[in-house]
Amino acid sequence: MSDTAEKPKEIMFAQACNMALAKAMADDPKVILMGEDIADEQGGGVFKVTLGLSERFGTDRVRSTPISEQAIVGAAVGSAMVGYKPVAEIMLMNFITVAMDQIVNHAAKLRFMSGGQTTVPLTIRTTTGAGTGLGGQHSDMLEAWLAHVPGLKVVAASNPADAYGLLYSSIMDPNPVIFIENTPGYFVKGPAPAPDHVVPLGKASVPREGTDITLIGYGSSISRCHGAADNLAKDGISCEIVDLRTIAPFDEETVLKSVAKTRAAVVVHEAVRNFGVGAEISSRIHEELFSELKAPVGRVGSGYAPVPFSPAIEKAWMFNQDDVEREVHKILG
Amino acid sequence: MSGLGAAFSRLTPYNNSGGPGRWRYEVCKESVPFRGPQCKGAKPLANSDMADKDVLVDIFTRADLIMQSDIKFRQMIGAGQLQIVYYPVRGQEVVSSAMMAAVNKEDYLVTIYRGLHDQLAKGIPSKDLWAEFAGKMAGTCKGKGGPMHITHPETGVMVTTGIVGSGIPIANGLALASQLDKDGKVTVCCFGDGATNIGAFHEGLNMAQIWKLPVIFLCQNNLYSEHTPMAFATSSDSIKQRGEGLGMRSVQVNGNDASAMYAAAKEAVEYARAGHGPTLIEAMTFRFHGHLLGDTSHYIPKEEMEQAKKDDPMPVLRQQLLDLQVSESDIAAIEAKNAAIIEEASQFALDAPYPPGDEYRIDVLDVEIAA
Repeated sequence: MSDTAEKPKEIMFAQACNMALAKAMADDPKVILMGEDIADEQGGGVFKVTLGLSERFGTDRVRSTPISEQAIVGAAVGSAMVGYKPVAEIMLMNFITVAMDQIVNHAAKLRFMSGGQTTVPLTIRTTTGAGTGLGGQHSDMLEAWLAHVPGLKVVAASNPADAYGLLYSSIMDPNPVIFIENTPGYFVKGPAPAPDHVVPLGKASVPREGTDITLIGYGSSISRCHGAADNLAKDGISCEIVDLRTIAPFDEETVLKSVAKTRAAVVVHEAVRNFGVGAEISSRIHEELFSELKAPVGRVGSGYAPVPFSPAIEKAWMFNQDDVEREVHKILG
Repeated sequence: MSGLGAAFSRLTPYNNSGGPGRWRYEVCKESVPFRGPQCKGAKPLANSDMADKDVLVDIFTRADLIMQSDIKFRQMIGAGQLQIVYYPVRGQEVVSSAMMAAVNKEDYLVTIYRGLHDQLAKGIPSKDLWAEFAGKMAGTCKGKGGPMHITHPETGVMVTTGIVGSGIPIANGLALASQLDKDGKVTVCCFGDGATNIGAFHEGLNMAQIWKLPVIFLCQNNLYSEHTPMAFATSSDSIKQRGEGLGMRSVQVNGNDASAMYAAAKEAVEYARAGHGPTLIEAMTFRFHGHLLGDTSHYIPKEEMEQAKKDDPMPVLRQQLLDLQVSESDIAAIEAKNAAIIEEASQFALDAPYPPGDEYRIDVLDVEIAA
């Protein structure tokens, strides 16, 4: 799974992440990886995202760690301050809760509190997402917590090519970046990126142009936005899709430009709707474009509950394509 | 030698049925360091253990600067000239001075909010440090860090954290970089006894030990975590035991004894530089003031405090210099020079301008924040 292998036309999301890590490590000897079980001897990561990397780059640079999230992030912070570009893997996003002190009080603030004397160019890769039947403590989308902290960048890719380009940019970025992967999405295939494909942080994409309404999402929500847009087109509704790619700081310019054109918007994310990223984006749109909107900005998110275990309830809890379509119809009347 | 051990009494329950909060204080009677469970492993002082004269002069010079700075800070805050939160370090001068005398300027330091002694001992220029404490633009961190968040990479001071114990995992990262770069640097990580009760201590020491990182965990055990005595909140008899439990080379030392502390520090530094890995040093010490300025230390028994002040490490160290034939006038010259440095630094801190309000937009990310 290294980038020296023959490139298939389509690759899986997990493969794209592996290729980006390999490229970053090959390009810069200061890129090091640490996390639980990530070296080949321990299996190359529970989702095999780091498979082959320790064999290629050695266990000095691809370090399996104890189950110690604070120690992992702390070691990443310290080494980042003195010239390294560490990529810490927090196996599942819920485990970030254990390391929040290191992330929020240290990674995010050391540049500021030192008056710019020290910087923390680290990347924390983590994965999460419902639909896997892992229940309440392995599936949460917690991006809003992190996006709320000044000093952190938060990134979520919606397809393999973007994952490749965004992860590479995250590693090379001089700021601490949280890179959120989607567990059920690891095995979704998409067009393979060119080896030098780089996606800049802070820039949204517009994968589908339309005229009636803008669907704004990121990560796993984008495929459902596409599905909804296809269905809505049958009803004569033309949807534009904005894929944020970087959640914080978000590309306000691209979002406002699109909504100024369509004059209607729905923000879609998997995280619970309450106090989510959708609230911030919706509010910004209202502040800037209130008088031009056809209707208030809609929000689609998951239910106000922990992620349930039973497939029947998990499905009911999680937002889906129908919710998006319903919201669009509500807004456009 | 002096009765340095008396203050470091082991706290035991009144009786077997005594619940938390009911403790009596067993004050060490003999003038040998660390009686009782905490005394195990501490070397008794003897003249043959005395550090070189030059080393002790160096340690005294640092420690006196710290003592005078602490006094001046308390005076100025008391007089209303400075309105800042301040964690007094009086009583702990020798621990950090002896530690920092054993490392180089290039070596890294991670410390905590009660860090003035560590920062001065490591060599941050007084003017820069005072200005930061006062929140001024000329400070080490442009006034954006303040007393609890001092950084000064030029002298190796990489992180000062306000979160108890959280510097430990970061110190590992600095040490990891040194290990990978083979640059020969060691990282010193200072914290108090209370920090050994947070998870990061156990995670951090475990990782440092399995990776054999060149890091020294310097626990400055002053027996109180904020207002809580060690025995009330700490399950083990010593911090050293905790290091041993994690498989780490661990020593307990009378941190208030410059020679003993320096010897322990030097040994740990050599051990780390040789690639053998980390050391936990439990340096017994005491603080003569409350957790923060204004705290009356009501929770410290009067006799314990009195004994500690009788054992003040500063006059002891000064006397040691005299015993080694350092002249009174040479010592006075050191003290006068330190006084002048502090006078200049404190005046500089008062006179220097505050940062402009807009400064908050800078250094959040690598680009200026728009609004």
